[in-house]
Amino acid sequence: MNTIYLRRRIINVFNLTVALLTTLLALFFLAWLLWTLIKNGAPHINWSLFTQSTPPPGDSNGGLANAIVGSLMMTAVGVLLGSPLGVLAGTYLSEFGRESRLASVVRFVNDILLSAPSILIGVFVYAIIVVNVGHFSGWAGGIALTLIMIPVVVRTTEDMLSLVPDQMREAAAALGAPYWKVILTIVYRSASKGIMTGILLGLARISGETAPLLFTALNNQFMSLNMNDSIANLPVVIFQFAMSPYDDWQHLAWAGSLLITVTILLLNIIARLGLGGGSSKGY
Amino acid sequence: MEQSVTAGQNNVSAGKSQPGILGDRIFRGITQVSALFIVLVVFGIVGMLLYDAWPAIHKFGFGFLTSKEWNPVAEQFGAVSAIFGTLVTSAIAMVIGVPVSFGVALFITELAPAWLKRPIGTAIELLAAIPSIIYGLWGLFVFAPWFADNVEPWLTDNLGNWPIIGPLFNGPPMGIGILTAGIILSVMIIPFMAAVMRDVFDSVPAVLKESAHGLGSTTWEVVWKVVLPYTRVGVVGGVMLGLGRALGETMAVTFVIGNSHDISASLLMPGNTISSTLANEFTEATGQVYMSSLIYLGLVLFAITFVVLALAKLLLLKLNAKEGKKS
Repeated sequence: MNTIYLRRRIINVFNLTVALLTTLLALFFLAWLLWTLIKNGAPHINWSLFTQSTPPPGDSNGGLANAIVGSLMMTAVGVLLGSPLGVLAGTYLSEFGRESRLASVVRFVNDILLSAPSILIGVFVYAIIVVNVGHFSGWAGGIALTLIMIPVVVRTTEDMLSLVPDQMREAAAALGAPYWKVILTIVYRSASKGIMTGILLGLARISGETAPLLFTALNNQFMSLNMNDSIANLPVVIFQFAMSPYDDWQHLAWAGSLLITVTILLLNIIARLGLGGGSSKGY
Repeated sequence: MEQSVTAGQNNVSAGKSQPGILGDRIFRGITQVSALFIVLVVFGIVGMLLYDAWPAIHKFGFGFLTSKEWNPVAEQFGAVSAIFGTLVTSAIAMVIGVPVSFGVALFITELAPAWLKRPIGTAIELLAAIPSIIYGLWGLFVFAPWFADNVEPWLTDNLGNWPIIGPLFNGPPMGIGILTAGIILSVMIIPFMAAVMRDVFDSVPAVLKESAHGLGSTTWEVVWKVVLPYTRVGVVGGVMLGLGRALGETMAVTFVIGNSHDISASLLMPGNTISSTLANEFTEATGQVYMSSLIYLGLVLFAITFVVLALAKLLLLKLNAKEGKKS
């Protein structure tokens, strides 16, 4: 009797200690990653990073201005196209489709898109846009980001709209409001925080995406505002510069990484504060 | 839920004279078109992959999946090394990642004092938000050299002579290779899986846990025999989510895997995955056969992730049906 009890206690203490250690391990990796970024990136963050374009190799006077501008433009396309489409599709699932056959198909397909490797999105956009237009372009990059953004927004929008109590819809309907007005003025308004959170999380997701941009926006050594041509962007610049043998380029890659990580972490923190302590769903 | 649907429909059927009807139709139409757009995109992806891979499918057939050769000059292509690398790196990531994320979720939900739950949970979620290229950069410049100096020689010395698993750890300590890629993948997917597991563990009614404690269970027994069985649907979902990520991850792997088309018994040797091959060769591919072979690879990757997702959904459906509850 006593030995069984002892055994159970030992197993208990041992396993809980392991749980503690795994948590410390995960936190240790976060700290290690951030420390590496700060150590290698912070010394190279300076004003010219935001004013100069990417330099030729060997020139230490360059910056990332063209890449930052390009990233902002393509991310803007992704958010401006992706959020309305995602919110509307999420609305269909939550308000109209519900348990219908079409809605379940859309839900399943949306999950496929959500978990599809982002590099395949890049291949897809390459095949339908870049090949047909004949050159890489910022638009192609923006559209690739849109396709990555949509499923995230659809998921959160549906989740958030379904949290709105039905009594509110019924009360509005009882007052004579048509259903579209109920959705626009009652449902959206009560779920607005949640919808915004979804959009912010989607934005955070696409602002670090690299793989889909490799085949769509490619890169551009110079400052360009032309979305119709290949355009510089932070992730691809980081990729190319990090793989290069030049010190200056590697320094810029670290600075860019720090920049992008800080931005994304801030977006996430804002989104989570806005959500008011809700939980993440893993995207 | 039912009630409000009827509320909406009553509204529609209330009479054609009502001004809201046209608006309802238009709004419903717009949302439906947006939803259908998603279906169109996914079917478009499948169609495009099939269409553009067709020359390679026609030329190599299913032999593509069993051929080891990857020779752009002779235009002979086979997917074995890339599929092998994809599966092995993901397997390593799952072997390390699943227990660790379970431990993290267990710690946050059962052990951490209340004031610590939130900060640790947030830190884990932030780890999930860091883009994969950053993991790749860190892996290449920091983790791989450290791993090559400190861990790989030890692995070779201590495990290299073991029967069966020995050959896995025999090789030059380069830091770059399948094992490193798998470990970095595990670091990437741990936060995803841990966040989902924590959410589902939190959903267990306190009464259940209290009853088990009241019967004399230790905390571990409560988790293993009450919490885990109660939440296995969600846990499986989280694990599948992590697996999906690991299979398709591109940038983190491309940096550290070494990009070799050879298959080696040793985990310390370089290899490649489907996504790293695409990232490296897609823009440089010349000739229709080369290009369509790469897209054939993409099709294989899509099929693998689709099967994983479909299996996860099916499993969840079955478990749900058996237990008759919503997960």
